[in-house]
Amino acid sequence: MAKILIPTPLRQFTGGADTVDAAGASVAEVLGALTAAYPELRPNLYNEEGKLRSFVNIYVNDEDIRYLSKDSTAVAEADTISIIPSIAGGRA
Amino acid sequence: MSVTLSNEEIARYSRHLILPEVGMEGQLKLKQAKVLLVGTGGLGAPLGLYLAAAGIGKIGLVDFDVVDASNLQRQVIHGTKDIGRKKIDSAADRMLDINPNLEIVKHEVPLTSENALEIVAQYDLVADGTDNFPTRYLVNDACVLLGKPNVYGSIFRFEGQSSIFATESGPCYRCLYPEPPPPGLVPSCAEGGVLGILPGVVGLIQATEVVKLILGKGTTLEGRLMLYDALNMKFRELKLRRNPECPSGNCSVVKGLIDYQQFCGIPDAPPSPAVTLGDLEATDVKRMIDAGEDFLLLDVREPHEYQIASIPKAQLIPLGTLPNRLTELPKDARIVCHCKSGMRSAKAVDLLKQSGFTNVANMKGGILAWSDKVDPSVPKY
Repeated sequence: MAKILIPTPLRQFTGGADTVDAAGASVAEVLGALTAAYPELRPNLYNEEGKLRSFVNIYVNDEDIRYLSKDSTAVAEADTISIIPSIAGGRA
Repeated sequence: MSVTLSNEEIARYSRHLILPEVGMEGQLKLKQAKVLLVGTGGLGAPLGLYLAAAGIGKIGLVDFDVVDASNLQRQVIHGTKDIGRKKIDSAADRMLDINPNLEIVKHEVPLTSENALEIVAQYDLVADGTDNFPTRYLVNDACVLLGKPNVYGSIFRFEGQSSIFATESGPCYRCLYPEPPPPGLVPSCAEGGVLGILPGVVGLIQATEVVKLILGKGTTLEGRLMLYDALNMKFRELKLRRNPECPSGNCSVVKGLIDYQQFCGIPDAPPSPAVTLGDLEATDVKRMIDAGEDFLLLDVREPHEYQIASIPKAQLIPLGTLPNRLTELPKDARIVCHCKSGMRSAKAVDLLKQSGFTNVANMKGGILAWSDKVDPSVPKY
């Protein structure tokens, strides 16, 4: 099972968990398993057309899947998947 | 160009001057550098303090906010005596106290598409310490257009991000995030909270990168996104690349600045806290309670907020759990929702109406208004 790191803003949808293990051979499969376990995550990761939202980036280890094979990027057992949404805080 | 250091400056910067990576040459580079700090809040505070101390020659400050008591938990450039003062004045005084050799330029305006290019053009690089998406994209685009590095930092709760954008060959903010999230989906620090120390750490990562860029030393964060998790005390880094499909067009030909409020889906009018017909004042709700009217006062804040301050009679169901707890509420009941300031409760009202509840109202201004208008003994947080 690959390990998925859940960022702070999305932990409210995973019952507070900061890491979730999910099975799958590709990014699409692993994220599918993740959103099946936590359905409230889905609209925060995907738009109505089922595409990854453009303010959420997915990394397999330290590589952005946009520069690998996107959704079909292969995932191995020992891989870590990071979900990196944009955050804006700083001044206030 | 014969910039030199005075004897006072030589004594002041002695620990830099004996450092081979800085030395006299580096210290003179710092003295000739011009840095723009956008925001003098959480990230701007440590940036301002340390960049002033380090001997940057000219620092521009962009801020139009006023120091509030709730800032002092993290914005260490301001003190208790500064509450109510303009942040830009308070920050400038503190920075000049640390280093009177510094030249400070105050830009007491919101950064906009109209003034950003003119302001940014006066500096060598920018440190972005803003708190909202429109300004983030504006700073990015202005830096890309003018070819000025953008030292980026951002924080949320216990988590920070930092990188350098818009260098000659590196990625820009839009390469990382082509588009902002729709309003409301990502909570701000004001809504989500932030560990006071976090902006200190992230702001000083930015300050370090500013100084390295000026000195031309070391390996900067260009092409890397640094992630900091304070709760688990972990640093990680991810690779950033220039996105060939970047909406700013290879990061080098952004056509011009746009309407960033619109780009970020924010209506032109400032977000009036969702006032709609049927909203109630805190004083109306008080009168209803006193008259013994039959209604349910629904507090949609988080349990830890309820512990800080609450209204007697209110029933707590946090907004995030509301969709799963609708069955606890009778469909025909009269329900008045409240939160801290009225934003989340407006969302709760929408949710309840969409779920078939017909007699629902929002208490305007939340528990803050309750404290102001009904019961001053209820603390504001």
